[in-house]
Amino acid sequence: MTRVHDMGGRFGDGPVKPEPQGIPQLGDWQARALALTLACGSLGKWNIDVSRHARECLSPKDYTRFSYFEIWVSALADLLVARGVLTKSDLQGQDPDVLHALAEKCLRADQVAGVLAKGGPAERPANTPPQFAPGQTVRTRRPGGNHMVNGGHTRLPAYATGATGEVLRVHGHHVLPDSNAHDLGEAPEPLYAVRFAAAQLWANPEHPNDEVILDLWESYLEPA
Amino acid sequence: MPHDDHPHTVLPSDPALRVKTLETILTGKGLIDPAALDEIIDTYQNKIGPQNGARVVARAWDEPDFRAALLEDATAAVSEMGFFGRQGEHVVAVENTPERHNMVVCTLCSCYPWPLLGIPPGWYKSDAYRSRAVREPRKVLSDFGVTLSPDTAVRVWDSTAEMRYLVVPMRPDNTEGWSQDELARLVTRDSMIGTGLALRPEELE
Repeated sequence: MTRVHDMGGRFGDGPVKPEPQGIPQLGDWQARALALTLACGSLGKWNIDVSRHARECLSPKDYTRFSYFEIWVSALADLLVARGVLTKSDLQGQDPDVLHALAEKCLRADQVAGVLAKGGPAERPANTPPQFAPGQTVRTRRPGGNHMVNGGHTRLPAYATGATGEVLRVHGHHVLPDSNAHDLGEAPEPLYAVRFAAAQLWANPEHPNDEVILDLWESYLEPA
Repeated sequence: MPHDDHPHTVLPSDPALRVKTLETILTGKGLIDPAALDEIIDTYQNKIGPQNGARVVARAWDEPDFRAALLEDATAAVSEMGFFGRQGEHVVAVENTPERHNMVVCTLCSCYPWPLLGIPPGWYKSDAYRSRAVREPRKVLSDFGVTLSPDTAVRVWDSTAEMRYLVVPMRPDNTEGWSQDELARLVTRDSMIGTGLALRPEELE
């Protein structure tokens, strides 16, 4: 019921390797992959949830062996084809260079600062009151996974399904990724920060007072 | 190499060549302006980075009213300082205390507060950090050379939505009377993710 990216709590990945402080310096192609992915977003053919799902849909073998920006650029190529921007034969370089119908959407250098500053807020005006309030006990749904699209995008990690926690904050109504990743509309729902005791999630928590907080949409939760 | 029907498999398998090929195809069709890519790279390699978040933390240490405003509505508080935009649309600041240490991860991808910290370091995006931070934060902290008091509880924030979390580390001792510029030098990137602590004055170079 899950995909390869959903790795919270997994064993066996080895040590974390710290790096120097400051701005992380990327290699040439990694920086290019980052910029290419951001720039292609301006073509307007997908949203952030669609692009996250494209990365998750890489084969488990590829997702595991690829470096981070290989994942990005490979998912970008998949997305450009899935969304009809390019064809497989375009990717093979078999078609002559002809100005694309979407060329007018091409992000220009003088637009970059404005686009990055604008971002893409996910909060939407509230249309219904939140069902839960801070302090209330809730349980995450189990089975997890996307309940609208089999194998679809969701932001409830497998490790946190069926767990009981307490609402800590109400963030307002946010676009529901499970819907928005599949062109089913933004379907905004109340979003909550929910606090779980580590013992709710792990067989052998490190410390009795440790906690994990997740941001969870209302439809991921039920009263407990 | 494994073969499947994902379109990317028709591109060269060498990653540098894969990126170059895709950029060339998209540029040829007028879908990409290479100068815009240069601009994006310059932004995240030279302009936006953890020095932004450090200014926020230093100000919170120095100005009680700002600290209160930051903890109440960080999005508004940091926007007022000019820090907003992509991957920082909704911000929450969480404060470390002797009783509680906060640490941020994104187990499902690599969500990170770009306008405040810039692009994430490699380890933040690594399988090891994403898998372990939620289950064994203290062991992860030990990879960074950090040991907490047994009296300190750890609260790990898994960034599963578009909320972006900024850790406000504890202000080091013996910094009374320091200016905000001086204080900001103590605030490392990792201390604002929660895998480090703010530097002590004697640790400054």
